[in-house]
Amino acid sequence: MHHVVLDRWSRGASVIHRRDARAKTVATLMFLVALATAHRSFLTVGLGYFAILVAVMIAARLPLGAALARAAVVLPFTAVFAVISLAAGEPLAAMALVEKSYLSALAVLVLLSTTPLPELLHGLEHMGVPRYLLMVVQFLYRYLFVISEEAQHMRAAAQAKSASMRRVLFDRSKFGAAAGALGVLFARSYAHADGIHQAMLARGFQDRFRTLSRHAFRRADAVFVMAAVVLLAGARFFAEVWI
Amino acid sequence: MEPLVDVRDLHFQYDDGTVALDGLNFRLFHGETVAVFGANGSGKTTFVLHLNGLLTGQGAVSVCGMPVERKTLARVRQKIGLVFQDSDNQLFMPTVIEDVAFGPLNLGLDRDEAQARAHAALDEVGMAHVSGKAPYHLSAGEKKRVAIAGILAMRPEILVLDEPTTFLDPPGQTALLELLDRLPQAKILVTHDVDCARVLANRAVFFDKGRIAGEGSVEEVIARFHWDRTPLKRSASSRS
Amino acid sequence: MHIPDGFLATPVWAALDITAAPAVGYLARRAQRGLQQSKVPLLGVMGAFVFAAQMINFPVGLGTSGHLVGAALLAYTLGPAAAGVVLTAILTVQALVFQDGGVLALGANVTNMAIMGMLAGYLPFHLWGTGRWRRQAIFLGGFLSVLTSAVLALSELLLSGVAMPAAVLRISFGLFAVSAVLEGAITLAIMQALESINPDFVRKPQLNGGRVLGGVGLAAMFLAVVGVAFASTHPDGIWKLAGETGIASHAKALLAAPLADYQLDVLHSIWLRKAGAGLAGVTLIYGACILCGRLLARQRGA
Repeated sequence: MHHVVLDRWSRGASVIHRRDARAKTVATLMFLVALATAHRSFLTVGLGYFAILVAVMIAARLPLGAALARAAVVLPFTAVFAVISLAAGEPLAAMALVEKSYLSALAVLVLLSTTPLPELLHGLEHMGVPRYLLMVVQFLYRYLFVISEEAQHMRAAAQAKSASMRRVLFDRSKFGAAAGALGVLFARSYAHADGIHQAMLARGFQDRFRTLSRHAFRRADAVFVMAAVVLLAGARFFAEVWI
Repeated sequence: MEPLVDVRDLHFQYDDGTVALDGLNFRLFHGETVAVFGANGSGKTTFVLHLNGLLTGQGAVSVCGMPVERKTLARVRQKIGLVFQDSDNQLFMPTVIEDVAFGPLNLGLDRDEAQARAHAALDEVGMAHVSGKAPYHLSAGEKKRVAIAGILAMRPEILVLDEPTTFLDPPGQTALLELLDRLPQAKILVTHDVDCARVLANRAVFFDKGRIAGEGSVEEVIARFHWDRTPLKRSASSRS
Repeated sequence: MHIPDGFLATPVWAALDITAAPAVGYLARRAQRGLQQSKVPLLGVMGAFVFAAQMINFPVGLGTSGHLVGAALLAYTLGPAAAGVVLTAILTVQALVFQDGGVLALGANVTNMAIMGMLAGYLPFHLWGTGRWRRQAIFLGGFLSVLTSAVLALSELLLSGVAMPAAVLRISFGLFAVSAVLEGAITLAIMQALESINPDFVRKPQLNGGRVLGGVGLAAMFLAVVGVAFASTHPDGIWKLAGETGIASHAKALLAAPLADYQLDVLHSIWLRKAGAGLAGVTLIYGACILCGRLLARQRGA
C-alpha cells in the first residue's frame, strides 16, 4: 500500500533525508506557492520546476520511476477537469491544470518520502501548528496500519461469504452486511482506543505527552532553505522577464 | 516477609451489573512467579486492572506496601508494570525508542536519561537493533519484546503479563519464555498456556466467578481443575 | 471530492486557509474541553477507522458500489467539535501521505468537509436526533454533509475559473445528489448496527453549548441550498462568474489565478459583486459565531 512504501522510503539516508523537517517543509511550501501563482508560458516554467524536483529526488536516492508513477494518483481527478477545459476550447488551461496538480503532488510526495511523518509532525509543532491536532494525526497514522489490516480481513471474509450470491440489482442484505461489518470494525476501533488509553496510564501518563526527539536546525538546513529561495525566485524571475 | 502485592476482599461490579470480582484475596511475594488460571470471564483481567488503579473496586489493594489510591498512583504505576495482551495497543508511539522512553519521560526523567534507560531496556530484551523502526514493521514476537522493554525502562519490581504467548509462533514463544525466565522481577502471569506456566511459575491460582477457587503448585492446580488439554479421541476416518 | 493543488485561484485557497486555521483551532480547543488529552488516542483511532472503512464497499446494484465518507457518523458518535478535529486530521494525512487533495488547498478541503459539511450533517441530528424523526434525521444528516461539501467545493472551483459548462454542472449535481443519498443510507445503516452493538457509542445530542455549532451548521446548509438553487437556475451565470473572477486575479500580476491569461473581460459585473458579497457573508457569519462562542464561554467561566 501507498503509505507503507512512503514510510519505507522516508527512512532512507541521504543528504536530503538528513535535513531538518522544518527546512524541508518551508522549501516545499515555497515550491507549492511558486507553482500556484505561476501563470506565464507555463509549459517551459513547468519543465523547470519538474527539473528541480527530479534533482532533489536523485539527491535523495529515491527510485525515480516509482516515485513519478506514485504522484500520478492525482491525474484521474485532474483528467476529468482537463477534458472539460479542452472541450470548452481552453487547451492551455487544461494543460496548466494537469501540470500544476501533478507537480504539486510530486513535491508533497518528495517531502514525505524524505521525512518520516512523525518527524514532519514534530517540525510542524515547532512551527506553531496546534499540538492537539498533530497528536491526533500521529495516532491516526500509527493505527491506520492496524485498523486497515483488520478491515482487509473483514473484506476478505465478506467476499468469501457473498461470492455465491451475486445479484445485479440492489441487494438489501448485502448492504446490511457491509453496515454490520463496519459496526464491528467501529467497535473494535473503540476497543483499541480503550486499550491504548489503559496502556498509557499504566506507564504513568499524566495528561500531557512528553516526547524524546529534538530538532537541531543546522547550518546545512539554513543553506538548504536559502538554496530553495534562490532557485525558486530565480526560476520565477527568469520566467517573468525573459519568457 | 511483607508481600509485594496484597489484595484483600476485593469486590467489583461493572456498570451493566456484572459482578466481576467477588471477595478476592491474593498475595505475591519477592522472587515469586504466580500463574493465574481461569475461564474467560472469571475476572482475571479485571483483577489485573485493579493492581495499578486502572479500575477501583471495594476492598484493599496494596503494592510494595503502598495502598493503591489516587495519591499513590504515580508511584504504584512505576512499581508494577503491566504488559497487555495486544502489543499494538501498547506500542502507540511512532518509533520503538520513543515508545520505550514514554514511561521514563512520564516519571519526570530528562530526555537524555530517558533515552539512556530506553536503550538499556531494549538491550535487555535483545531489541537494540530495532530502536529506530516503526512498531508496524515488527513481527509479533518483536513487538512483545519491545512492549516488555517499555515496562522494564520504568524499573518496576513486579511484572504483570496478560497472555504473553498469544499471537506468537512456537519459536517466538520459546524465545519469550527464555527472556521472561531471565528477568529477576516477581511476576504475575495471566494465561491459558499451561506449558508457559509450567516453565515459569512456581505457584498457581485458579479464578472462578470473581474469586480464587484454589491454589497450589502449578501441577496441583492443573490437575485439580482439569486445566490441561486432554488428548482427543479421533475416529479412524479422520486419521487417514 | 478533495481538491488538489493547482485548481484553486490564489485568492480562493489563501482565503480559505486563513479561515480554516482559526476554525480548526477553535474546534480543537472545544474538543479538548470535552475530552482531555488522554482521549487523543480515541480521536486518532477513529480517524483510522474512517480511513479503513473506505475499503469496505456498499453494493448499490448494477455492479457499482459506494463507501462511507463519515463526516456525519463522526459527528454523531464523537460530537461535532471532536469530529471536526478528526476529519481535519484525516484530510491532513490524505493530503500529505496519499497526495489526495492539495496542501495549499487543505484549508478549502477542511472548510468544505471537516467544518461546513460536518456541521450541516450534525444539524438535523442536533434538532431531531431524540424524537420520532430520528431515523430521518440521521439519513438527512449524511445526505446534507456530502451535498454541502460537494457544492462548496464546486463553487470554489467555479470561483477559481475552472471551466465547467452548464451541462457538466447539471451532471455533477446529479452525481452529488446520488452520492449524498448513498451516504445518508450508509450512515443510517451503520448507526443502526452500532446501536445494536452498544448504544453508548452514539452520543445523545446535547442541547447546551451546541448553539454556535448549530448556527454554523445552519449557515453551511443555507449556503449549500442557495448554491444548488443558484446553479440550477443560472448555469450560464456561473459560467460567466468563472470568467470574471479570473480577470479579478489577473489584475494582481504576481498573485494571479492559475488560468488568468485565458479569461474574458467582464470586470465590473454584478456577478462578481455577488460572489464577493457571498464570501464576505460567510466570513462574517463565521466570525460572529466564533465571537459568540468566546463570549458564551467566558460568561460561563466567570
